[in-house]
This record gives sequence, C-alpha cells and structure tokens, in this order.
Amino acid sequence: MSTTTSAPVLEARGVTMKFGGLTAVNNVDLTVNAGEIVGLIGPNGAGKTTFFNCLTGLYVPTEGSVSYRGTVLPPKPHLVTQAGIARTFQNIRLFANMTVLENVLVGRHTRTKEGLFSAILRGPGYHRAEAASRQRAMELLEFTGLAAKADHLARNLPYGEQRKLEIARALASDPGLLLLDEPTAGMNPQETNAAEQLVFAIRDLGIAILVIEHDMKFIFNLCDRTAVLVQGQKIVEGDKETVQNDERVVTAYLGAPLETATSTDEQAEDAT
Amino acid sequence: MTTETTPVIPLPVGAARALTAVGALATAASAFLAWTWTADFPGDLTVTGYPGGLQWLTLTAGLVTLVLALASYGVPGLRWTSPSGSDNGLLYAAFGGAAVTWFTIIAIATDLGGLANLEPGGWIAGLASLAALAGALGLPVDRHPKGSSWGLRLAKSDRPLPTARQLPSSVEVLLIVAAFAVGLFAITFGIDTEYGELFAGYLILTAFVVAALSKSGLLPRLRALTIKHRPVATGAAFAAAAGFPFTQSSDQYTSVAANILIFATVALGLNIVVGLAGLLDLGYVAFLGVGAYAAALVSGSPASPIHVQFPFWAAMLTGAAASMIFGVLIGAPTLRLRGDYLAIVTLGFGEIFRITMNNLNGTTGPKITNGSNGIPRIPDLEILGFNLGQKHMVAGVELGRFSNYYLLMLIVTAFVVLVFARVGNSRIGRAWVAIREDETAAEAMGINGFRLKLLAFALGACLAGLAGTVQAHVSYTVTPDQYTFAEALPPNSAFLLAAVILGGMGTISGPLVGATLLFLVPKKLEFLSNYQLLAFGITLIILMRVRPEGMIANRRAKLEFHEADIPAQSSPPSETALTKTGA
Repeated sequence: MSTTTSAPVLEARGVTMKFGGLTAVNNVDLTVNAGEIVGLIGPNGAGKTTFFNCLTGLYVPTEGSVSYRGTVLPPKPHLVTQAGIARTFQNIRLFANMTVLENVLVGRHTRTKEGLFSAILRGPGYHRAEAASRQRAMELLEFTGLAAKADHLARNLPYGEQRKLEIARALASDPGLLLLDEPTAGMNPQETNAAEQLVFAIRDLGIAILVIEHDMKFIFNLCDRTAVLVQGQKIVEGDKETVQNDERVVTAYLGAPLETATSTDEQAEDAT
Repeated sequence: MTTETTPVIPLPVGAARALTAVGALATAASAFLAWTWTADFPGDLTVTGYPGGLQWLTLTAGLVTLVLALASYGVPGLRWTSPSGSDNGLLYAAFGGAAVTWFTIIAIATDLGGLANLEPGGWIAGLASLAALAGALGLPVDRHPKGSSWGLRLAKSDRPLPTARQLPSSVEVLLIVAAFAVGLFAITFGIDTEYGELFAGYLILTAFVVAALSKSGLLPRLRALTIKHRPVATGAAFAAAAGFPFTQSSDQYTSVAANILIFATVALGLNIVVGLAGLLDLGYVAFLGVGAYAAALVSGSPASPIHVQFPFWAAMLTGAAASMIFGVLIGAPTLRLRGDYLAIVTLGFGEIFRITMNNLNGTTGPKITNGSNGIPRIPDLEILGFNLGQKHMVAGVELGRFSNYYLLMLIVTAFVVLVFARVGNSRIGRAWVAIREDETAAEAMGINGFRLKLLAFALGACLAGLAGTVQAHVSYTVTPDQYTFAEALPPNSAFLLAAVILGGMGTISGPLVGATLLFLVPKKLEFLSNYQLLAFGITLIILMRVRPEGMIANRRAKLEFHEADIPAQSSPPSETALTKTGA
C-alpha cells in the first residue's frame, strides 16, 4: 500500500495520562499513516488501553494532543467518532438486547442526521435516509459474514461473531482510522486466522488500522509497524525485525537475565 | 429447552378428556341454577334458569373449557381454537373455571356468613368445575422434565404453530375486526362491573382465559394476523376504543375511562424516558402537573391570576411547551448523573414541584396558584363551537361531558402512540436504546449521550404536559396534591412507573394495559380499603416473579425467547465470509 501520502491519519504528540500519582501513559508519540496497519504491544498493565482511551476521547489526556488528518481532536468520544476514528473494545461492548442489524445501524448515527421531527413526520427524505442506512448496514454485515444473522439478538451470537459485529458496527461510521483493542482475545487459531483476513480486507478498503494485541504471531503477520509500550512509555517502534531483536522488549516480556536483574528493577522504579 | 408431555395426575387419557368435557359442560350448565337463597349477595344468584353477576363468568369459563376440550377431541369446526394442539390451554381454562367458581363460593360464604348460605346449585357448580380441572390435570400437557422446576412444571415455551390455512385478505380483516369487537366487549364489561366481587372474578377469569388462549395458539395466531394487517389492526383498535362511550348509558363509567386514558397516556410518555432511554424518573408526575397548571392558568378560570382564556389549541401548546421547558430545566443539570443518582434527583424535583405549587399562595410566595386550594372552576372546553361540557346526541346516543372528554383524550392518546411508534423505530429511538444498553459504547459510536438523554426527557415531559392540559379540564380543579410521589390512587409517580414496568418496558400496548389495570384495580376493589396497598404490593411481587418482562413483552424480549429454542451453536470458521468482500 502507498505509505507515502501527505498528512498522517493519526498523530499523537506527547500524550501523558496521570491518575493522581500514577502515570499510566508517559509522553507517547505515535503516528499512523494512510493505508497502514500499526500494532501496539506491551505487557499487561503497560497502558495500551489507557492510551487508546486518550486517543478516542474517553479520557482527557493530562498533556499532549491527538490530531486526525491534521486537525486536533476534541476530547469527547462522539466528536472523535464523528471526525473519523472508530474503535472496538477489549471486553466486547455490544448493545446486547438489540439485533445485529440495529447494532450496525447505531454505528451509522454520526453519518445520518434525521432528527426527532423527521422521525415523527416521516417524509420522503426520512424514508430515503433510512433505506440508505439499512443498505449500508447490510453491506457491512455481508462484508463481515453476519448477514444471515441480521435479525438475531447480539447477545445470542457466538463469541467470535460478537467480535466481528463490533468491527462491523465500528465500520458503519465510515472511519478513516479503526482502533482495534485485542480483536483476537479468546479466539481459537482458525478464528484468529479469519480475523487476520478481515483486518487485511479492511485495510484494502483504505482504512488505516491501529491494533492492540497480545498474540505476537498475529501482530507480526499483520502490521507494517509495531510500537512497544512498557510501563506507560514507548520504548521502541519499527518493523518486525527491529522489535523482535530489541533487547529491552525481550526484557520487558521475559524478564532480564539474572546478572542484570537488579539494575532493571531500579530502572522500573525510576520510571514510575 | 426440552419438554415432556405427561399428565400431572396419572389417568387414562380417554377418561381424563371425557371428564374434562363433561365437567366443563356441567360447569356451564350450573350457572343457570340458583347458587344462594338470598338476593343480599350482589348480582342476585337466586334465579334458576338465568345466570346473574358472577355466574356469567362461570358460564364463560365453562364454555371456553368445553370448546377447547372439544377441539382436543378433534371435533371438526372447532380445531381452529387450538392450533398449537397442546392441551396446556385446556388446563389453564379449567383452572380459570375452578378459580372463578370457587372464588364466588368463598365470596358468598364470607359476605353472607357461612357455607350454609349456598343452595345445591352452588355445590354443583363447585364440584363440576373441580371435575373439569381434575380431568384436565389428567391430560398429557407440555411440562418441564422432572427436577428443573417446582409445582406443575408447565412448560413456558410455545410449540411451533403449524402454518395457517391461507384465508382471503378480506376474511382476515374481518377476523381482526371481530377480535377487537370481542376485546371492546371484554374491557367494557370490566369497566362496567358494579361491585368489587364481580371485578375480582373478572380479573381472575381474564387472566386465565388469556393464558389459555395464548397456550392454545389462538392469540399468537391473531397476533400474526394483526402484524400482517397492521393499518387495519391499528384502525380497529382505535375504532373499538372510540366505540366505548356509545356502549354507555350514563357518565358514571366514562369518567373512569377518561381518567384511564389520561393515566395511560402519561405512562406511555414515561415509557420513552424509562423504557427506551433507560433513565429512571421517579418524579414524572410533575410534568403532568406542569401541563395541568399551565392549562388551568390560561383557561379563563376566575381563580387564575392571569385573566386570559386561550383557545384550546393554544392552551394545549402552552401546557406542552411549559412542561418541556420544565423537563429541560430539570434535565440539563441532572442528566450527567447515571442510574440511582438520577433516580434520587428526579424524586427530589417531583416533590419540589408539588411544594412550590403549595407555596405560590400569596403568603409564603407570590400569589399564582392559590396554594393548596388549587385553581378551581376551570371552564369546560369549547372546540369549534362544540361545548364539551354539554350533552350531545351523536348517532342516536347521548354523549355526556365525560364521553366528550374521553373522545378528546383518545385523540391525544393516538397522537402519543404515533409519536412513540415512529420515534422508537428511528435513528433517535435506536440511539436511546443504545444509551440504555451501554452508554460508553454508545458515545464511542458517535452518539451525543447528554443531548439525546435531554431529548428523551424533554419529549417525555412534553407528552405528559399534553395529557395534563386535558386533565385540568376533566377534573375542574387543579391542586398540588394530585401530583404526589406515592398514594393509594393513580396517577402518581410510583403508579406510573409500576404501570410501565408491569405492562412491559419499551412497548406501546404494555403501559396502556398496565395503566388500565392499575387504575381499575384500586377503583373497583374499594372494599379492600385498608389492605389496598398491601394487596397491590403482593400482586406486583407475584407478577414480577411469574412474568418479569411485563405483561406484554417487547419485540426484543420475544426474540430472546424465540432464539432460546434454537440450540446455541459454536461459530464455524467462516472462510466464505471473506470471499464476499464486496463492500
């Protein structure tokens, strides 16, 4: 894919998030270019999801700024989505008692504008917009392979399909950037493989992707670039080889060799 | 969900079926005997050869049981009454017959002081209904397998209905019209019941007959028909409701019906706030009050400090607008709260409204509302030269004051139903449900949570205000004490919420049915006097235990039950999905 387009899709500059005395995210820079799949990895508690929440406006970062295609984003989730960033959640957050189709239609909310009076009066414009929304939603369900279950309740879908539905719902807002928070958590190898194909297919639609994941094989298969977050700090960023061969990454995941154990512990204390 | 088809009492099937049919026939016939010796018991059950009062209910139950029993025999021409082929419906009908008959016997014994007041006819009825019940218990009914539940273990899941015979469209429409005519008759009978015993019996019978017909598959089939011909069904429902005043000879019960409509309309408005957007509002009756006060102030009442008389349409808009503004004023600071906190704050605002109206009396505040005396002598409405306070002859029937207001209120109710139906099934309605389901996820999907919650609050308030403007005229007087949080009589905030939850959250017919019941029950069962609230509480607990989703389950809840029948499957790896990347 062409990674040489002008403005980056996402540009986070010096994002810091403090909860009282705890610095969960410390001065992180991250850029995602058009057509790119960028991975974000790190041990448990490294601050990956917190960083995601800063990007999507769920948290207001203590310092730093996030811009989308050159415009600084306001820290309000619905405005971030309106600007063109959609996300999924680590623990699936579907609208459990709505049907699969309705879930996706809710995703269309920012791209439609029929208000209260339009809904009550039901003029031709309303019917046209509603039909277009439904058509787009069905397209997305076809795309993710859920079209046959459009009328089922979201809560009754099997786990893997709930993940897919979350992605379809996020895609319904016509995003330029999709943030996936552990999309393969709890999946078996076949499902993971299918998820990988789905992410590539989304990239081919021209949507940039930022993905958090624990599954290294998945991440290195998928991503053009990977950033590693350890204790709130980005320690390295680059392609597969750079990350895999970086000593600090190995230390962060597996622990240091015995002779240097004390020194890394000190470093860790300094960092917090 | 597996079920087994076994009898509750082991009896030979042939004997059980015969016993049920004969018992049902005997029950129906016994309604024509004398049950007691004195006419002191209301309804006069002393006449042989003609049923009276509660005997009509026994007769109905006996006939329904008999018809279902004959359908169970496969008698041609009656099989349509039991399309599911399950005997559960028959069992419910037999239960209903025994319940209503024995209720009558016990009522006679308690009212007149002892079982000695029963004539042989009463004993025959009691034994016949028990025989029918014993027979029905010996029939093979759908039950949960042993150990999964207690008691009779009657299975809840409905059998799949065989496909209906294709009928011409006109016949289907006629069936819908006939069904609504029966519905109008049943509801009219309930509203017109003259004494508490008859109403209690009516409630028992209605509950069992509705259960019986829904198990026999007749009601589900009717529901399918109404969905197929929705405009016809809506029109028939409206026509049946509009037909009510024409069945009445006096204003005695039309005033009850008009108040039911006001209560039901407000409950439907609350259903937007609670059922769709999931905002627990414990002070909702205040919005009805704001509408009523606004209408009273501009009604031209001599007690109003504003000496103007708006035409009705303007008064209505004033009431709705005042209520909406009040809703926004309350909502704007409080809707940032979630869950329990919001409930407490709305409870507080509901009380603030009532106390403020009490204090705007000229001594503790500016003189606007006359304090606890309220605004009396609100003149009757006059719309296009039609004075609603006077009697009019329409189609040969004299319509009194309350009939007029009932019909006016019916138009308001229809409007609120229309708004609810259209908004609920739209972009805005979906966003409300999304907020109810998961507010964080909804905001991440681009929904401005605060703004949509405020919209739900304002729309709910506006609709309640609309009902309030009519209420002010119906009740002549507006006082602060009509708008309390909890009281023995509706409308108040607690009863409104109960109507929504009892009826079924998120549905249209749910709050309408719930409100009708909650209005009629305290009105008709006045003989319970001090135990009224206790009985109400116990009923509520039983209903929530038996049917937590409300009397009328919402489409989504129904889907849930429907899908529970399909065994859950593990997700196969779907390669096919990715070949369809056409989007």
